[in-house]
Amino acid sequence: MATIAEPHARRWRASSPTLKFIGRLIREKPLGAIGGVVFLLFLLCGIFADVLAPYGANQISPINRLKPPSLKFPFGTDNLGRDMLSRCLYGAQLSVIIGFCAAGLATLISVALGILTGYLGGKFDLITQRFVDAWQSFPDLIILIVVVSVVGPGMPQIIVTLGLLLGIAGSRIIRSAVVSVRENMYVHAAQSIGASTPRILWHHILPNVLAPIIVLFTTRVGVVILAESGLSFLGLGVPPPAPTWGGMLSGSGRTFMFQGPWLALAPGLCLTIVVYATNMFGDALRDLFDPRLRGSR
Amino acid sequence: MQAYIVRRLLALIPTMFFASLIVFVTVRLIPGDIIDMMLSQNDIAADKFSRDQLVAALGLDKPLWTQYVHWIGNILLAGDFGRSLWQNTPVSELLLARLPVTFQLGAMALIVALLVAIPIGAYSAMRQDTAGDYLGRSFSILMLAVPGFWMGTMVMVFPSIWWGWSPDVKFVAFSQAPLNNLKQMIIPAIILGTSLSAVTMRLTRTMMLEVLRQDYIRTAWAKGLPEKLVVARHALKNALIPVVTLIGLQAPLLIGGAVIMEQIFVIPGMGLLLLDAVTQRDYPIITGVFLIVGVAVMLINLLVDLSYGFLDPKVRYR
Repeated sequence: MATIAEPHARRWRASSPTLKFIGRLIREKPLGAIGGVVFLLFLLCGIFADVLAPYGANQISPINRLKPPSLKFPFGTDNLGRDMLSRCLYGAQLSVIIGFCAAGLATLISVALGILTGYLGGKFDLITQRFVDAWQSFPDLIILIVVVSVVGPGMPQIIVTLGLLLGIAGSRIIRSAVVSVRENMYVHAAQSIGASTPRILWHHILPNVLAPIIVLFTTRVGVVILAESGLSFLGLGVPPPAPTWGGMLSGSGRTFMFQGPWLALAPGLCLTIVVYATNMFGDALRDLFDPRLRGSR
Repeated sequence: MQAYIVRRLLALIPTMFFASLIVFVTVRLIPGDIIDMMLSQNDIAADKFSRDQLVAALGLDKPLWTQYVHWIGNILLAGDFGRSLWQNTPVSELLLARLPVTFQLGAMALIVALLVAIPIGAYSAMRQDTAGDYLGRSFSILMLAVPGFWMGTMVMVFPSIWWGWSPDVKFVAFSQAPLNNLKQMIIPAIILGTSLSAVTMRLTRTMMLEVLRQDYIRTAWAKGLPEKLVVARHALKNALIPVVTLIGLQAPLLIGGAVIMEQIFVIPGMGLLLLDAVTQRDYPIITGVFLIVGVAVMLINLLVDLSYGFLDPKVRYR
């Protein structure tokens, strides 16, 4: 048996670096792999919400007001008779859009700022670092509240603000990775043959800080989802009737929770599971990519 | 040591300057038509102010740099944060009244966080890779993912349905009725504290694992000391020093979380002041809270840095 299985397994392992990595993830970090699967399911729920949801997100049905969970309405219905399962699925869609756009923007800003400050150093770095210090002294939520008070609530505003907010803070992580790569022999070699700075940054620095970039992006998705739901909970996020998970827990729904406690459960559970899975997945990726980064969050 | 304190204070100046710029620029992003929005949203405002008066009250009629110098000068020289647009009370008075409440909530949450994190972290390290270790770690990482506002909502809803009990939301100051006040603050403090404990727990565990491998721990065991003494007197004391730094790093999270708890449990702190100001678009208050929170976080970090030297004699201030 073993003699037959072995060459087969070996071929599978060597087939592609991505598959090899997934294999390592499952073997060494089973919990992180489960997190990755849940993360993927969440992504699919978001993409195919229109197909999966049995009802519309804002489909009102007066005869079905405040129905407890049943076969027809697995998560129950709210005070307007809207199906909570459908709303949670459409909520996943909003979370996916905001999570990926804002985390993507944040990662882009972190990478640009981190690579420039880390590689160029000097006065530019010194001044930027004081600015980042100042920026980090403000709690995320406070900056978000203040910015929303100025630009008004809405999805594009939240994506840009969260992207900027987390992007500046995250630049530190990329910067420290760049600083350690900068002193490598191949970078000095490229410098000495007269390669231009953009060329060095693109061909020598960037590929070598890809691991922290991927980890940063993954963990940021969870942070963004949590921040957006907190903001929507305070009534400053995506305005109702958009089915955000945070928004479902606040506003008019709150007064009806005493009659329909299931209203308080579903959106919170969705949030917790997705954020937990994202955290586990991100942590596992970080541990596998670079053991030195362990515990640095 | 003194030279270090001076240098640390000097380094604070550019950071504070940037912080004040961030506050100023963010709030000054106000597009022109926001004035109209303020007037249309707020009926009282329309009676009280004309458009030009409002522009003048916000100082929007002067060039940007004059506005900044005027604004920061008043704060630095006279402690004058301007006046609330609708209530006409000085913002500094409002800040002084609200700051202690948020500070108390934050301090209580921090105590809860440490009380949860340190025992679990130390236990996890002592029994590394046992079921207890996994259980403790999973619990605290799970708490990191549970949003505070969901916990708060559930605490409001379920005890009320099951036992007809709901948390008191009529705020009493600590100075008036300390026991009632503590009874009221302890629930939001526990919710906030447990969600903050995860990171502290992880660090405690990592540091304990490192310290437990040291020679002096082996010596303590070899002397025949009981486990309690080895852990409490020799290991934990050394493992906890980096945990102090974490308190500084968590200060922004603590204040951000306090805003949500204040909203759910109707606690009149800085967070509620800010949220009320946002709904009324009372920009002097928004600016004031924004700036004070940032400065508070910087000062907490300064204190943490300085205390490091007292806690760890190995650290030399260079």
